[in-house]
Amino acid sequence: MTTATTAQDSHHRSKATTELQHAAIRFAGDSGDGMQLAGTQFTNTSAVFGNDVSTLPDFPAEIRAPAGTLAGVSGFQINFSSHPIHTPGDQVDALIAMNPAALRTNIKDLIDGGILIVNTDEFTATNLKLAKFDQNPLESGELKPYRVYKVPITKHTLEAVVPAGLGSKESARCRNFYALGLVFWLFDRPLDTTLNWIHSKFGKVPAVAEANTLALKAGYNFGETAELFPVRYKVNRARLAPGRYRNLTGNQALAIGLITAARKAGKALFYGSYPITPASDILHELSANKNFDVRTFQAEDEIAAICATIGAAYAGAISVTGTSGPGVALKQEAIGLAVMTELPLVIVNVQRGGPSTGLPTKTEQADLWQAILGRNGECPVPVIAAQSPADCFHAAIEAVRIAVRFMTPVILLTDGYLANGSEPWRIMASGEIAPIEVRHAQEAADFQPYRRDELGARPWAIPGTPGLEHRIGGLEKQDVTGNVNYEPENHQRMVNLRAEKVANVATQIPEQEVFGDESGELLLVSWGGTYGSVRTACERMREAGHSVSHMHLRWLNPMPGNVEQLLRRFRRVLVCELNMGQLQFMLQGRFCIPCVGLHKVQGRPFIVGEIVSRIEELLGGR
Amino acid sequence: MSQVKTLTVKDFKSDQEVRWCPGCGDYAILNQMQKVFAELGLSRENTVFVSGIGCSSRFPYYMSTYGVHGIHGRAPAIATGVKIANPGLNVWVITGDGDGLSIGGNHLLHTIRRNVNLKIILFNNRIYGLTKGQYSPTSEFGKKTKSTPFGSIDYPMHPISVAIGAEVTFVARCVDVDVKYQQYVLKRAAEHQGTAFVEIYQDCNVYNHEAFDYASDRQVRDDHVLYLEHGKPMIFGKERNKGIRLNGTHPEVVELGSGITADDLLIHDERAPEPTLAYLLSRMRHPEFPEPMGVYRAIQLPTYENLLVDQIAAVSQKLGPRSLDDLFNEGDTWVVD
Ligand code: SF4
Repeated sequence: MTTATTAQDSHHRSKATTELQHAAIRFAGDSGDGMQLAGTQFTNTSAVFGNDVSTLPDFPAEIRAPAGTLAGVSGFQINFSSHPIHTPGDQVDALIAMNPAALRTNIKDLIDGGILIVNTDEFTATNLKLAKFDQNPLESGELKPYRVYKVPITKHTLEAVVPAGLGSKESARCRNFYALGLVFWLFDRPLDTTLNWIHSKFGKVPAVAEANTLALKAGYNFGETAELFPVRYKVNRARLAPGRYRNLTGNQALAIGLITAARKAGKALFYGSYPITPASDILHELSANKNFDVRTFQAEDEIAAICATIGAAYAGAISVTGTSGPGVALKQEAIGLAVMTELPLVIVNVQRGGPSTGLPTKTEQADLWQAILGRNGECPVPVIAAQSPADCFHAAIEAVRIAVRFMTPVILLTDGYLANGSEPWRIMASGEIAPIEVRHAQEAADFQPYRRDELGARPWAIPGTPGLEHRIGGLEKQDVTGNVNYEPENHQRMVNLRAEKVANVATQIPEQEVFGDESGELLLVSWGGTYGSVRTACERMREAGHSVSHMHLRWLNPMPGNVEQLLRRFRRVLVCELNMGQLQFMLQGRFCIPCVGLHKVQGRPFIVGEIVSRIEELLGGR
Repeated sequence: MSQVKTLTVKDFKSDQEVRWCPGCGDYAILNQMQKVFAELGLSRENTVFVSGIGCSSRFPYYMSTYGVHGIHGRAPAIATGVKIANPGLNVWVITGDGDGLSIGGNHLLHTIRRNVNLKIILFNNRIYGLTKGQYSPTSEFGKKTKSTPFGSIDYPMHPISVAIGAEVTFVARCVDVDVKYQQYVLKRAAEHQGTAFVEIYQDCNVYNHEAFDYASDRQVRDDHVLYLEHGKPMIFGKERNKGIRLNGTHPEVVELGSGITADDLLIHDERAPEPTLAYLLSRMRHPEFPEPMGVYRAIQLPTYENLLVDQIAAVSQKLGPRSLDDLFNEGDTWVVD
């Protein structure tokens, strides 16, 4: 669906409207309450309306934890604004709590004076007990700091959907649309994007489509008519760069990026994967796009997934395997094989909380060392990290480009926050993206499988080419010929050559940039998905007149050549990462520059406030 | 498979020095493979040999085709990727009892189940050779090795039974030194469309010499093996005077004559849709029974890579031509002026 920003907003207003620059809201309820859906719909509507948006879905690892429990709470946070934003917001201005458990786990993130909408029907004795409330918080006075709106959402929904003729269970399931409708009214959003969605999703089951439509409109009308809400809010369109936009999650963007890279290389895309949270959506997205000559392979395990990817790379496809940290742990031996055989492939790690099974649905950045150091032997691999949901598109293309140019596996790091979070993406024209040049060896005369070009890459000679038959494998190779060789000097030479090749990647990536001044008091350093919160903290400090700059690293291995020089221009360096100091350790070890760190492993992104506090602490302690 | 010129056995030998122990059964298999490739007129450039780790897995280095010497147990997965990326290639997997059934058991099962058009040759020597003599998943119960000085307490597994359990479409067995018969089996495997799984009894003359003497020694082997022939009664023995008869659900060895004729014997049917007979044959073991050699099962089923290619074609037709720009512009979009 396409909506021009000029063609809407015609409904009349019966109540006072307050303009806001931005607002962050959170839908929270039971896993079965459809909060992810409500959040996604609010996001799409706001994006189509023209706001800048940033989202943070947050759901439990269990598909359906017991109803009403604290463990079963699922949330979806949206920050939408009339100016560019980089994060889903530290705290929320409005919270929709569909049951007591959702209230308990989310209330701490609501600002003082914030709007709290509760579904009073769910505040039963049983649910209060499950949420560990001794007293009903709606009566105890503990919600005094907030503007509480008590709405019998379930009851209203049941009444509203009667004409659709569904059973009571199915009728009650529409309550997320009722809540959504109410919030749409509160923030003065049009309904058409969601109505279209309901139509295309449930068109084949008219009763369900009707019920959801009725619930949505009932919620909206309740806001309009009930005396409950004295004002409504409006967040104007953002002044984004002109163009056509769509909203993308990180996993979607990554999948589209991979398809684009393969098309740009004129090749089939092979994607070998084993289902794992939070990476599976990449497999789903790619499997739905087979018409782009996408060959997805759901393997029997993580090891088979990467080994098939290695086979596909040998046979000439653009070859990618995707997983999360536990999967990479299983793949490491095979990554070593890809390093030894010097084949082009991309290993995507959508990081989650670890170690072991850890926090499957929560975000973390603690697999950096795993990516860079995690294999046996001297085994260098280029490592790139995406910085935002939409940036996963670009990072995927870049990873493929480097893999093919250098004949090397490349590790692409994203994380659970980027994977499930979303932001508007200015839709590029495919012509804006440069082709990826693939050179397959053809010439049989004097062919040597391990003869290198000026950047250290060996030729990509694929089966089916007469005269280039050669054997590769995990045993050490003789320089140039690629024959098995155990001589001491040759091993040293090959280790050096592989390291030089990866180091040469630095010649093909952009110089490191710094946001803010090129020198000064404090340099913030970040990588991956923490870009948005660190950049926002930096902007805030600069607005307050502090000498703070920001360096965001995209390539972690190799790093751009000017990183050391930039680090030395600042009196202090603060490395912010969602681990216990992995990049900090690398920078200190590599450059002998003392850094301080801001570390957090709580399964959630940084909030801007905690970065700002750390900066203030450092600047104050000068 | 393209056929540019007729290649000879020599054309399939690589320039690498073969480094198995003198007397190892692997030599015989390498020679038969090269012979079969020449005889079938297969090309070098369209062939890929993929292996894992172990003595047998050095095999690709000695063929003048394309080849990947992979990591332990993973050859079927690597080969699957090769085949998906280029279904036109002729892809062979070389593995052993440790590589294929122990560390790589999972990949073997699932590759067979998918019916990827690969030829999987498992060299069974019932021992770990490359790591110098530990018991393997096919070693007999009680076997004394370096890692089982007091005898193995593992029950062995049987490759053909495993393959049948994984719904194999072609499964066969032969012995390394019985070269003519091995050529026949390899040719049948080469011609099969789908996963062809072949177990070869291979002598590791260093760590498990003569493990299969009963099946390879010319003096005795005819009494210990049963050559399967499709549509024929199961007769064996030097004098061809013994046969296999079904008694209830159990096979039994009977002597022909004195009232028992070939009509009383089991008839081999390699094309039976159900694998019941093949499985029953896979359970017949020395010394109680002659061990069946040849093709146990050969049925036709669409291959994985063909199904994949067909599905891509069907989806592409259904969705019509879609450009990258169509993909970019999918879903809800909006314009900022
Ligand atoms: S150890 Fe055994 S299997 Fe390995 S090469 Fe020597 S004889 Fe052959």
